[in-house]
Amino acid sequence: MSHVQTAQGAAVKRPKKRSAFSNRKVDRAYYWMVVPAAVIFGLFLYVPFIQGVAYSFTNSQGFGDYKWIGFKNYVALFSDDRVGHAYLFTFLIAIAITILINVIAMFLAVALNSNLWFKNGFRAIYFIPYTLGVLVIGYVFKYIFMTPLPALGRALNISWLSESLLTSEHYAWVPIVFLAVWQGIAYSTLIYLAGLQTIDGEIYEAASIDGVNGWQRFSKITFPLIGPFFTINLVLTMKNALGTFDQVVALTNGGPDSKTETVTYLIYTGGLTGGEYAYQTANAVLFFIVLAIIAFVQLKFFGNKEKI
Amino acid sequence: MSAATTLTNGAEPAGSEKIKKSRSHRINWWLTAVIAVLSLTILIPLYFTIITALKTPADAGTFGLPGTWEWHNFADAWNKVNYPKAALNSALITVAAVVLTLLTNTFVAYAVARNMDKRFFRFMYYFFIAAMFVPFPVIMLPIAKQFGSWHLDNQIGLVLLYMVLGLGTNLFIATGFIRSIPVSLEEAARIDGAGTWRIFWKIIFPLMGPINATIAILTALWAWNDFLLPLIILTDQSNQTIPLAQYVFSSQFATNYPMAFASYLMAMAPILIVYVFAQKWVISGVMRGAVK
Repeated sequence: MSHVQTAQGAAVKRPKKRSAFSNRKVDRAYYWMVVPAAVIFGLFLYVPFIQGVAYSFTNSQGFGDYKWIGFKNYVALFSDDRVGHAYLFTFLIAIAITILINVIAMFLAVALNSNLWFKNGFRAIYFIPYTLGVLVIGYVFKYIFMTPLPALGRALNISWLSESLLTSEHYAWVPIVFLAVWQGIAYSTLIYLAGLQTIDGEIYEAASIDGVNGWQRFSKITFPLIGPFFTINLVLTMKNALGTFDQVVALTNGGPDSKTETVTYLIYTGGLTGGEYAYQTANAVLFFIVLAIIAFVQLKFFGNKEKI
Repeated sequence: MSAATTLTNGAEPAGSEKIKKSRSHRINWWLTAVIAVLSLTILIPLYFTIITALKTPADAGTFGLPGTWEWHNFADAWNKVNYPKAALNSALITVAAVVLTLLTNTFVAYAVARNMDKRFFRFMYYFFIAAMFVPFPVIMLPIAKQFGSWHLDNQIGLVLLYMVLGLGTNLFIATGFIRSIPVSLEEAARIDGAGTWRIFWKIIFPLMGPINATIAILTALWAWNDFLLPLIILTDQSNQTIPLAQYVFSSQFATNYPMAFASYLMAMAPILIVYVFAQKWVISGVMRGAVK
């Protein structure tokens, strides 16, 4: 900035413009703390981001020559059934995952915060899934869904369970949602538990004197007071669920018949191994716009006082 | 915020303490039973993983204990996945990612938190935070391509990427924490002639211990278990991390389930063992991360 100030008379204007901010002199050490990280950050995050946007207007396959083709990729996206299905599938499972995780995690948090026997032990057990890699535990579940569970279904004469859910066009989403929920609950539960710690116990004392029942206790006191944590959780779980990838790789690989392809999975397979580099980059940019809108709406809707 | 409320919680008037004690010591056995039954949804899959790893292929798929305990499954898997190599690789990447994340993160958070009245640092704050909203799929393909041409399609590139992708969220948690550290501490040191770097290392960094522990735990869990980033970044097979090794392994040897399960179990074991010993820390760390 200093060279601007020395340039013809601008020095007079500059300080005035900055008057909203302080004129305190900043130690140079602070710049050394921020600038190197900022450079790496820009290089590895914003540069690829801008490049991605640029590539989305080309017909690149990821290698070799390419031409600018304007909005053709974007137009094509809207008439691509496979892409449309991936978006629909991603949204449906993301909504299911978000609802299930938050309902169950809220229940678990309230339960794990009350007077239980072996309370800390149960907290520890319920957090185990978060420490395991999705892919690895996904393989375990794949096998459970493929062999013992259908065997159980046949033994109990439950028709929908006697075939593997993973190969069913109608039910293949169930194991994916199950795995995502099984793993995601732990983190959300802890966030809710953290929220519950912020509630003053005396509020419950007062309420119990007023003869409040269990459900009212939760809906009128607990839930409103952990509202900010609900918002955090909703945004985080939704963001994670919309990016579902590992679960699909571990369980179905997008099958049967592309029925369980999520947007992230499609971008990965089509873009890196399917020769649709530019096309899937356009898909990614579109996905970004959609996600930004969703995040914005969520924050707006659930109170923008709380940030993520 | 939360600290304040817990403090007032602790300092209650002595009168209500008696009533409270009697109530808080009554264990809710019904709820305990429900929670215990529900915890089976976590324990049964783990039990299944362990016993399957110890069976013969013909015996796999049942929930009963193994007829004969086939310990050699572990040895077979150990050799087939090249486990020591993958584990070492994962460990190095995890440690490097944690160290680099903590360093850059504390620097940036401190500098930004203390200079928010300056336009430059304010801009920097939003520059880092805004990246939280960039979903990874958008940059996935360009990064895969770019890292290849920069010769960063290896562990170094991966570590840098963990640092970059985590920085936004971590910064968000850490700046809030630093603002709660009184500036008067630094002013006193400054009067005694300490420079900014000295103040940072002697005062701020030690005080950031709890929040750094949180960030370290979250980063370590992420880097150890991550599958997508190693998949797109690491091109050389010999650089495989544990999840990646399982991926390659299960597409090649998927028919021998006990051996596969032994391999999965070995992939989970290191983090599970660490967790068993450090679970109190991990849980409180993640909770603190949530309260920002």
